Amino acid sequence: MMSKGDQAAAGNGAVIRMDGIRKVYETGKVKVEALRGIDLTVADGEFAAIVGPSGSGKSTLMNLIGCLDTPTDGLYELRGQRVAGLSRARLATIRNRRVGFIFQNFNLLPQISAYENVEMPLLFGGVPRRRRRERVCDLLERVGLADRMEHKPTELSGGQMQRVAVARALAMDPDIVLADEPTGNLDSRSGGDIMSLFEELWEQGRTMLVITHDPALAERAPRRVELLDGRISQDTGVGAG
Amino acid sequence: MNLRPGLVLQLFWRTSRVQRKRALLTVAAIAWGSLSLVLLLAFGEGLGTQLGRANSGLGTNIAIMWPGETTRPWKGLPAGRPVRPRTADIRLIEERVPDLFGVSGEMRQWRTAFTRGDVTVNGRLTGASLVYGRLRNHVARAGGRFLNPIDDARRRRVIFLGYDLAEDLFGQDEPVGETLLVDNVPYTVVGVMAEKLQSSTYGGMDKDHAVIPIRTFEAQYGTDRLANIVIKPLDPAEMKRKLAEVRETLSPRYGFDPDDERALGVWDTVETGQMFANMMLGIQLFLGIIGGLTLLVGGIGVANIMYAVVKERTREIGVKMALGARAGWVTGPIVLEGLTYTLLGGLVGLLMSTGLILLMGLVPVEDNVAIEMLGKPTLSPAITFTTAGILGVIGLAAGYFPARRASRIDPAQTLRYE
Repeated sequence: MMSKGDQAAAGNGAVIRMDGIRKVYETGKVKVEALRGIDLTVADGEFAAIVGPSGSGKSTLMNLIGCLDTPTDGLYELRGQRVAGLSRARLATIRNRRVGFIFQNFNLLPQISAYENVEMPLLFGGVPRRRRRERVCDLLERVGLADRMEHKPTELSGGQMQRVAVARALAMDPDIVLADEPTGNLDSRSGGDIMSLFEELWEQGRTMLVITHDPALAERAPRRVELLDGRISQDTGVGAG
Repeated sequence: MNLRPGLVLQLFWRTSRVQRKRALLTVAAIAWGSLSLVLLLAFGEGLGTQLGRANSGLGTNIAIMWPGETTRPWKGLPAGRPVRPRTADIRLIEERVPDLFGVSGEMRQWRTAFTRGDVTVNGRLTGASLVYGRLRNHVARAGGRFLNPIDDARRRRVIFLGYDLAEDLFGQDEPVGETLLVDNVPYTVVGVMAEKLQSSTYGGMDKDHAVIPIRTFEAQYGTDRLANIVIKPLDPAEMKRKLAEVRETLSPRYGFDPDDERALGVWDTVETGQMFANMMLGIQLFLGIIGGLTLLVGGIGVANIMYAVVKERTREIGVKMALGARAGWVTGPIVLEGLTYTLLGGLVGLLMSTGLILLMGLVPVEDNVAIEMLGKPTLSPAITFTTAGILGVIGLAAGYFPARRASRIDPAQTLRYE
């Protein structure tokens, strides 16, 4: 029943390879099966949207891809590295090096400046001070916030905050950028700006994975993966978009 | 790469914003706790010093033996015979018992008339060996002296006065060099005892009696029976053995079993001193526990504020973890923050208590009964180290438990929607 079209993407440089991924949550005595067997491959440089109604397992899938959580069952490789059974510390390192997160509610640290927010992953990654400085300035410039570096998140608009978050996600030059409803808290103009920024990044060769139920956003992604009840119900596949 | 204390410090500076009021209250609670702990311990220290000083008024590490009665038959002699050592036994003990700091005989006359001009005072007269002054802490006030060997050899009629007795007889006049009558025999005053604290006695306070050479005493009162023998070994730990050796020395002369505890009465101040030390330790522990509990309450306050901080920053902690922070990098700053509050409060408390103790040091001691009894609170390095140690442990615990909760935060759960 699964579209096997994504096998095509499994050629050179698969960033994500999922095979029979299941995730079961046990809350008390109730078992909730959030994902019931996901096979998904995302190739280098792809721009995919994951869509689906709420409760379809989008967030769970994002947590697994982002190594915030580990699957109950199945095989997951991130850039060829199997994630199952790794320690929390190893997972933290993988998140730091390989994944850039962008959230609906930005999740910037409120008491520090835009500059320091972008610097945070570099600090965790042990990047030396001078390289950190160069990298942060470069990134903030790229998202158009060179003049807002010392501003606290509360002094920025929603669109600006999300752009800081994009810069932060790119800081460690990750293998994949994971965006969870990135335009959900933005007005349509700022949302459009963020989308344009994403397209720009994609054109520069970034692998982008956007979770959304905004049809306009999903439309702009070349590949759409639809989730329903913890399974992939439709996948336009690579090149199908 | 793994521990990275530098990173933890950096995160601490960046993210630990102080909520002034709450932090202030917490720091105040810790300050109050350390203040109570330090003051209680300092009070205990002062009490111990003062009681120790008062205890040493009688003399330190000495034993007093007095005549008794046999309770066992010995070599054909029945029980119930009195044992009353004589002055000659002192020389015998000096010869036969090695490693003694000194041994002194003590003779007593309970109601002696001391007369100067038309003033007569009834008091105690003691005849004692020369070493008695050092054994029993009889130090002469400036301008006078204790008895000396020539006094004893020539059976001089010289007298050393307790300071209260001296005041009764001479008022404000200087007694040294003056003559007074002891049971109608003239004596020259050679010294007056310097004031001292004395918390234990046998037969009365030293300030009320007068001491004359033991051979003079013998000659005037026509007896050679001792009221007491005072001994001090070189090594206080040897006291029990020295006492046994004294018994063995006297046993053949008076016909008693050396193991007969009642043949000679004994007061061993080394033993009672040990009990006193244990009691003081108990008091110190008790005060320390009370102070420590007060401090613990402050520590719980710090832990509480840190729990609140963790709860408030759950999302931030989740974000940091998502960005690749390891649990230790997130919890380190929290432990540091708890420790900072605690040590800051401790420092304030320590400074305040030091100030208070210095202030109390300014209160005059003279005629202050409370201070004479209880002593002044005293700071010692031990107190400072104890307090610092307790503060450190409480501070670490107050940070550790909230930090442990923070480390269990699941970033996946905190990141999505509020």
